[in-house]
Amino acid sequence: MSVLVIAEHDGKQLKPGTTNTVTAAAKIGGDITILVAGHQCADAAQAAAKVTGVRKVLLADAPHYAGAGAENITALVLTIAGQYTHILAPATGFGKNFMPRIAASLDVQQVSDISAVVSDDTFVRPIYAGNAMATVQSSDRIKVVTVRATGFDDAGAGGSAPVENLAAGPDTGLAKFNGQELSKSDRPELTAARIIVSGGRGMGSGENFKLLEALADKLGAAVGASRAAVDSGFVPNDYQVGQTGKIVAPELYIAVGISGAIQHLAGMKDSKVIIAINKDPEAPIFAVADYWLVEDLFKAVPELTQALA
Amino acid sequence: MKVLVTVKRVIDPYVKVRVKSDGSGVETANVKMAMNPFCEIAVEQAVRMKEAGVVTEIVVVSIGVQQCQETLRTAMAMGADRGILVETAAEVQPLAVAKLVKAIIDKEQPKLVIMGKQAIDDDSNQAGQMVSALLGWPQAAFTSAITVSGDTADVTREIDGGMEKLTITLPAVVTTDLRLNEPRYVTLPNIMKAKKKPLEVLKPEALGVDVAPRLKILKVEEPPKRSAGVKVADVQELVAKLKNEARVI
Ligand SMILES: Cc1cc2nc3c(=O)[nH]c(=O)nc-3n(C[C@H](O)[C@H](O)[C@H](O)COP(=O)(O)OP(=O)(O)OC[C@H]3O[C@@H](n4cnc5c(N)ncnc54)[C@H](O)[C@@H]3O)c2cc1C
Repeated sequence: MSVLVIAEHDGKQLKPGTTNTVTAAAKIGGDITILVAGHQCADAAQAAAKVTGVRKVLLADAPHYAGAGAENITALVLTIAGQYTHILAPATGFGKNFMPRIAASLDVQQVSDISAVVSDDTFVRPIYAGNAMATVQSSDRIKVVTVRATGFDDAGAGGSAPVENLAAGPDTGLAKFNGQELSKSDRPELTAARIIVSGGRGMGSGENFKLLEALADKLGAAVGASRAAVDSGFVPNDYQVGQTGKIVAPELYIAVGISGAIQHLAGMKDSKVIIAINKDPEAPIFAVADYWLVEDLFKAVPELTQALA
Repeated sequence: MKVLVTVKRVIDPYVKVRVKSDGSGVETANVKMAMNPFCEIAVEQAVRMKEAGVVTEIVVVSIGVQQCQETLRTAMAMGADRGILVETAAEVQPLAVAKLVKAIIDKEQPKLVIMGKQAIDDDSNQAGQMVSALLGWPQAAFTSAITVSGDTADVTREIDGGMEKLTITLPAVVTTDLRLNEPRYVTLPNIMKAKKKPLEVLKPEALGVDVAPRLKILKVEEPPKRSAGVKVADVQELVAKLKNEARVI
């Protein structure tokens, strides 16, 4: 067996999720190759070479891979797909974008968002916002799989694989990349954070999120949000945790003014410890919380920040 | 410009799903069904583009059991012009969905296809990207804004770090994210009007597509339950628990 892992990176570093995907690849078994495709991403390829368990890194560096457009990444992967039994990528916005395109081009039914590997053709994946877990077996020749990072440990950095250049594939010219507007923050990334402080509609405004930021800074935490908080314009879309946002499983998740809709729980209920602060004693979030406090957040959050001083 | 929109009938997003005791799937009998929310956003987008004079005709497609006709009628009550149901009682997985949608696109020749980014039942997040792959068209997945001008569209996509902007050539497939729009409620007069709109029913075989599943579902189980938590009286107690019991801070 030979597994190709498509790396998510920023040109310099691997993004969280990629090393967890390597762990999933190791559970499948066989040789692991990481593909780093991008523009000016040699540093990311060096980072990939250090991931434990990796046999080889392929580096495809060309201007038309800036932004990792689905059309061009697919065309590139198709030039080498025949050499692999499995093609894996993290089930993040990055992998979800192009993996189905690769799968359909290979006439393969993709297996999305696996949280466990049972064997080389059988995987467990959450369905219905994580309210059920399906064990599915693929009969396709090549398995195209996206991996839920929270289901697998980080592979670690104990390797020294060779980096080989891979000739760039065609520029399909189907889509023109006009740049990204990335949210800037000095806090850790949501999917990599050890602690997350998350706010919901109960925060009342974007201004009030400053209360959570102060708490987050005390804890070295990332800040997340419910869909309602994003839709209300309190915080940008990349803060959203849930079924259709980010899936997180930090050591500690602090939910503030979040009711606990199933779509939100889907994104955080695998956190190790969950705290909920809500003024409604009946809030459904309490059903998944390890510790809950029934109190007005505008009183409790500043107190908590103080208590941690 | 003609637009094709797909809609899926799913368990209502606010219903608590129950896993069947025999592990074969989730309970769907006597459960409230609804249009997949992302498909609703797709229909709304097409209707707004028609109201803005950019779109001339909206064809809405669903794949599944006979009751999907209701879902198509809802889409038509929102403003779609006609419906096509590919009727089958079989489980149709995303690749087969994409092949069926492609077969209809080959006949209908729309300039833009709008689909939901994911169905909230199987949470696969595949079909739209697969349709564009099978057609060799550009794709814009997870869009939160779209402006069509001539033979191109400017789109904004939600990505993990923020937003991304693309210009894609048409024809293309776009999949919707939550922030693209807020779907309208259907009104009674529009529901009545929708009943008179054309609705064609086809079988997968008529489109020459093999829908046999590639993924075998071996079992469906309940997720692991979290152990019950405790209520704390105040912030002091909370901090003490975090430090001494959970040891996470
Ligand atoms: C297709 C679809 C996808 C979705 N995807 C997601 C997703 O990915 N992520 C997500 O989060 N949601 C998602 N949702 C939305 C979800 O159903 C809920 O609507 C949303 O999570 C509610 O957010 P909330 O808890 O912040 O708001 P609300 O449900 O309005 O809850 C606000 C809470 O704040 C509390 N509160 C108010 N004021 C105070 C105060 N002063 N002090 C303390 N507590 C206070 C209230 O008691 C209440 O419990 C999705 C929905 C659909 C249909």
